[in-house]
Amino acid sequence: MSSNTGFNSQNGPGGQPYANGPLQNPAVLQPPGPGYNMSHQPPYNPMQAKGPMPPGTGLYNSGPYQPIPPVSSYQAPPGQPMLNRPPMGPPQSTSPCPGPRMPPAHATPPPVSANSYYQHPPAWQYGALPPMGAPPPIGAPPPMATPPLAFVGNHVTSSPSPAPPQATSAGYSAAPSPVFNNAMQSPGPSLPPTSLHRYTHEGSDPPPKNPMAPHTYQPGMAAPYGHPPAGPPPSMRPTPPPMGNATPPLPFGPETDAGHIPTPGNGAQVPNRFDHLETGPKMAGPLPPQQPGPPARHMGLSYPSLPPGYQNTSASPMHHPMHAPTQPYSHAPQSYQQPSAGPSQLSPSLAGLSLQSQTPEALRVVNLLQERNLLPPGPFTPPTPCLPKDLQKINCHPEVFRSTLTSIPQTQSLLNKAKLPLGLLLHPFKDLSQLPVVTSSTIVRCRSCRTYINPFVTFLDQRRWKCNLCYRVNDVPEEFMYNPVSRSYGEPHKRPEVQNATIEFIAPSEYMLRPPQPAVYLFVLDVSHNAVETGYLDVVCQSLLENINALPGDSRTKIGFITFDSTIHFYNLQEGLAQPQMLIVSDIEDIFLPTPDSLLVNLNECKELVQDLLKSLPQMFGKTMETQSALGPALQAAFKLLSATGGRVSVFQTQLPNLGVGALKSREDPNQRASAKDIQNLSPATDFYKKLALDCSGQQVAVDLFLLSTQYCDLASLACISRYSAGSVYYYPSYQQQHNPAGVECFQKDLKRYLTRKIGLEAVMRIRCTKGLSIHTFHGNFFVRSTDLLSLPNVNPDAGFAVQMSIEENLVDMQSVSFQAALLYTSSKGERRIRVHTMCLPVVNSLSDIFAGADVQAITGLLASMAVDRSVTASLSDARDAMTNASIDSLTSYRTSVLTIQQPGLLAPACLRLFPLYILALLKQKAFRTGTSTRLDDRVFAMCQLKYQPLAYVMLMIHPALYRVDDLTDEGALNISERAIPQPRVQQLSVEKLSREGAFLMDAGSVIYLWIGRNCNPNFLTQVLGVPNYAAVPQNMNILPELDTAESQRTRAFVGWLREQRPFFPILHVIRDESPLKASFMQNMIEDRTESALSYYEFLLHVQQQVSK
Amino acid sequence: MFTFAAFCYMLSLVLCASLIFFAIWHITAFDELQADFKVPIDQGNPLHARERLRNIERICCLLRKLVLPEYSIHGLFCIMFLCAQEWLTVGLNIPLFFYNTWRYFHSPTDTKELLYDPASVMNGDTLKFCQKEAWCKMSFFVLSFFYYLYCMVYSLQTGNLSDSWLFQMPILSARITQQPLGERISPACSFHSLYPWI
Repeated sequence: MSSNTGFNSQNGPGGQPYANGPLQNPAVLQPPGPGYNMSHQPPYNPMQAKGPMPPGTGLYNSGPYQPIPPVSSYQAPPGQPMLNRPPMGPPQSTSPCPGPRMPPAHATPPPVSANSYYQHPPAWQYGALPPMGAPPPIGAPPPMATPPLAFVGNHVTSSPSPAPPQATSAGYSAAPSPVFNNAMQSPGPSLPPTSLHRYTHEGSDPPPKNPMAPHTYQPGMAAPYGHPPAGPPPSMRPTPPPMGNATPPLPFGPETDAGHIPTPGNGAQVPNRFDHLETGPKMAGPLPPQQPGPPARHMGLSYPSLPPGYQNTSASPMHHPMHAPTQPYSHAPQSYQQPSAGPSQLSPSLAGLSLQSQTPEALRVVNLLQERNLLPPGPFTPPTPCLPKDLQKINCHPEVFRSTLTSIPQTQSLLNKAKLPLGLLLHPFKDLSQLPVVTSSTIVRCRSCRTYINPFVTFLDQRRWKCNLCYRVNDVPEEFMYNPVSRSYGEPHKRPEVQNATIEFIAPSEYMLRPPQPAVYLFVLDVSHNAVETGYLDVVCQSLLENINALPGDSRTKIGFITFDSTIHFYNLQEGLAQPQMLIVSDIEDIFLPTPDSLLVNLNECKELVQDLLKSLPQMFGKTMETQSALGPALQAAFKLLSATGGRVSVFQTQLPNLGVGALKSREDPNQRASAKDIQNLSPATDFYKKLALDCSGQQVAVDLFLLSTQYCDLASLACISRYSAGSVYYYPSYQQQHNPAGVECFQKDLKRYLTRKIGLEAVMRIRCTKGLSIHTFHGNFFVRSTDLLSLPNVNPDAGFAVQMSIEENLVDMQSVSFQAALLYTSSKGERRIRVHTMCLPVVNSLSDIFAGADVQAITGLLASMAVDRSVTASLSDARDAMTNASIDSLTSYRTSVLTIQQPGLLAPACLRLFPLYILALLKQKAFRTGTSTRLDDRVFAMCQLKYQPLAYVMLMIHPALYRVDDLTDEGALNISERAIPQPRVQQLSVEKLSREGAFLMDAGSVIYLWIGRNCNPNFLTQVLGVPNYAAVPQNMNILPELDTAESQRTRAFVGWLREQRPFFPILHVIRDESPLKASFMQNMIEDRTESALSYYEFLLHVQQQVSK
Repeated sequence: MFTFAAFCYMLSLVLCASLIFFAIWHITAFDELQADFKVPIDQGNPLHARERLRNIERICCLLRKLVLPEYSIHGLFCIMFLCAQEWLTVGLNIPLFFYNTWRYFHSPTDTKELLYDPASVMNGDTLKFCQKEAWCKMSFFVLSFFYYLYCMVYSLQTGNLSDSWLFQMPILSARITQQPLGERISPACSFHSLYPWI
């Protein structure tokens, strides 16, 4: 409020009129005002931000958000960087009063810029602004006050200079000035010369702009912020005459008072703007008095904000060199685009501008047939939702919560038109380095939809908040008024719950109707002849012995063992026994527990017995000749044993179960592995495992399956036991202790991670979304207990989930929608905890905005999950066709609906430029490829991984990363804990990128290949591999020797860094031309042609043909 | 006249009533599946989880048991009417018959069990589809119930449906419209024919 008042005062009379001018704004403004009263009641326009939401007006939404965005955009604007920054930070902080929340504060400043963006909207915005402006006075001291003054000054000068007509066109310039004008203006103040230049460049119409420049009070605004900029002003003046006017800002900076005086002048300028607005005359009148200019801008910003968001999204508009120079500019262009989207708003000339040159980077048109090198040089960064900066800052991290479309379409028909899948990808239990944990006796939730309070709710006042999912107004409980972090009272919006999109609550007792279950671990081990041959028992027992103290748990932790071949062996580990007692049950038709009480024992009390057992277990079965495997009965026994408590069953299986219930027959015909026809037997052969898994799920038992085998094991059937009980599946093909040491190491490392990682027991996860959206399909390992509730007997930090959504009601009148995933689980320490993730995304109503916000990796990940479902329920070729069609459809839609100019070639927006490549990669992925020999189990395992691995890991399995590593340098290296990690460029997956002189590292997720060229630099061979020459590179090399050379350290640091990024352990294979693994290395060269699959270029031609039909 | 057709209609009336009950039962079952919102906190409770899972399995199991009877009853309709040569009725029922056959052999689940798989039935789209299907079937059976009732009465009265006015109507109207306009309103005779008493 203070700010508002301030403005008013400055504006004086004008203030009110202005408001009127804004007409539209009134609604917006008013709501906001009241809203935020909390502490700084009136000042709190900031509330607007939130307030806006309540108003129900489309505006308001923008209001809150927008404010922020503008800010950001402004800040971004290079031109005024200096100025802006100072203003931004300080103003807000200083004017804390105004901004109940951070955002509001930001909002104020941004608005200015915003205005510039939306010239038309600005009108009302102005109105709105006034209020904003008012606050400044209060805040006056530092930022706000200054700005106004500055404005005034600017205005004055500008007012004179402004040519009315120009002004209009500029009008926008006025408001817009922030945008392009802004660029100009802003530059004027801070970086006069540069900015000016830019201006000219940008503005196709230099003349108008110049006029504009004068108008650009906004610059002035900037200047105010920039007080310090005083220095710059001088320069400014010199540059352009109009600018000179602008220069006044400098004075302002110094003398706020002066600024006020100028106000009248401003008024004059203002009129111009108004004219643009069309309210022109009237507005003008009032405006002058006020320093409306600035405020108005603010308002405008709010609206425009969305566009700004865009800007944010798009990293940088590289398109036009001119823009490129200054980021701000780029922003401006983007903002323009949005306007263009809303035809009515933009004046024709503006529209023209925006269309031609102001395309956000994400929408830059790329001709895929001509541009070859499309891969980002480094790690792929997901697009940023175009939200106001302050909201985006606290938005959920994309690794945890990611949407395929970062801009949600307003209606289902719009979504259908875009032909892109809408869904979320989650990694809810990810290990986080920073996680705020809140202990509270009452967890604040919406009373009707049970949403947890989150950063995107709106505080109507100190006592009430509005749910962002169902829009119900709730009371703020008394307890919530106290902020434990700052130890202050009366600031509910500063509570950690409202400041963090990811937070964990320790649930009060009402969340548990039974005592939290202890961590219970049961190991079910295959000890048939085949299993003993592989030698895995040694590794498992050894790992358990080493990590037995690291198993997550508390004093109640229990552990048990079952082994099985054709009979089931239980182990009595009761305290007091001298040694473990083996009990054999040979009646596998009707399993019973011989001594139900002593098979699961407290780990702490019986640790010695357990250790004894682990030491003797590998020898006990050394001479067994039993070849049959009764997995089904063993699982039934495990279920019986755990059904009283719930817990985790780890099953180690090495062959096809062939005895008792759940016996399976080999369904794989090796001759069909390379068949180009449909692959059979992807669905389970029996529903025994699924039924058992459902029973387990009901008793809170999860089953994790480790499959170590050399032969076909029918993973398609066995995996069901894990899929529906929320377990995980590990598969080690051709595991053999003697012959495959690399596989053993991999198994060891995975096992260590598995045993020591966090575990959440008896968990449920609910995903809520804003009214109007609905979730209809889930992907991952779980049991769907109700339409939005997943039952997860265990949840582990490496599990990912995906959901598909549809839009059931139109999202008109909404600026943003939110998604909340809440995971309720029992920690291994017996605490009931709730981890809540909230993500907020903007709603858009144009196809181009939807395309601009598309996240190609997330889309690929979701499509992969959908394709897995399709290949099981229909057929593999169906799934392949569906994926190809997905890329064709979306590119067709882009071509017909978004592109205005039809050019030859295969055109894609920059954000989707990798889409065809990823689809092709999927078609060549193990899970979906045809014509290449693929074992059925490998294929099914790849499918399982696509479904439940988090996106980050899946992407490498789909599209491996190829680096050249013989010339690693420290240039651009990351520094992590004092280690320099080289960052080589990602290469295309094509043999043409390989050179005989180099060494290349391919990171395919679960495996890493180091390919050595025949003429590889001898330096690399000796310094990194420790071999004298190429011929001396051993056939099976799986580790890099630890040599004391810079090259070796760099390479090992890089490989180590790659491995640290994922929870499983990728084996390193050093290969050369003669290596048997060369074939699998080459199969990952997905841009190349193979006997059975198209090359990337051919695939593009195919897509193009379909698109242009 | 009590013909075979009349008998078929009488029998189908009774069976149709049972099909309506099946459909109603389906609708309530899906409602029950969907309504897990009663006590939100309770949903996080592991005890509730077990109960809920059993509930879902029980409902799915019951639903599955109804699948075959429903489909076979409807198949019986088709055969009966085919034998009774009630072509119109057969025509009305054939589409549903084919749909049932398709559904039976292309169940969307990945198991050998028919339809209603507890593990996937709670997926939003599956549930919605099942609900819609149940509502459509119910309305279809209710409508056909009245249609059978009507047909039964007529076949009892006339012994031959094609003699009933329902089937005559279209023919009559066709005859009327086929008459040339001039003939019908011929000024010369119209007076006499229409108003002979004048």
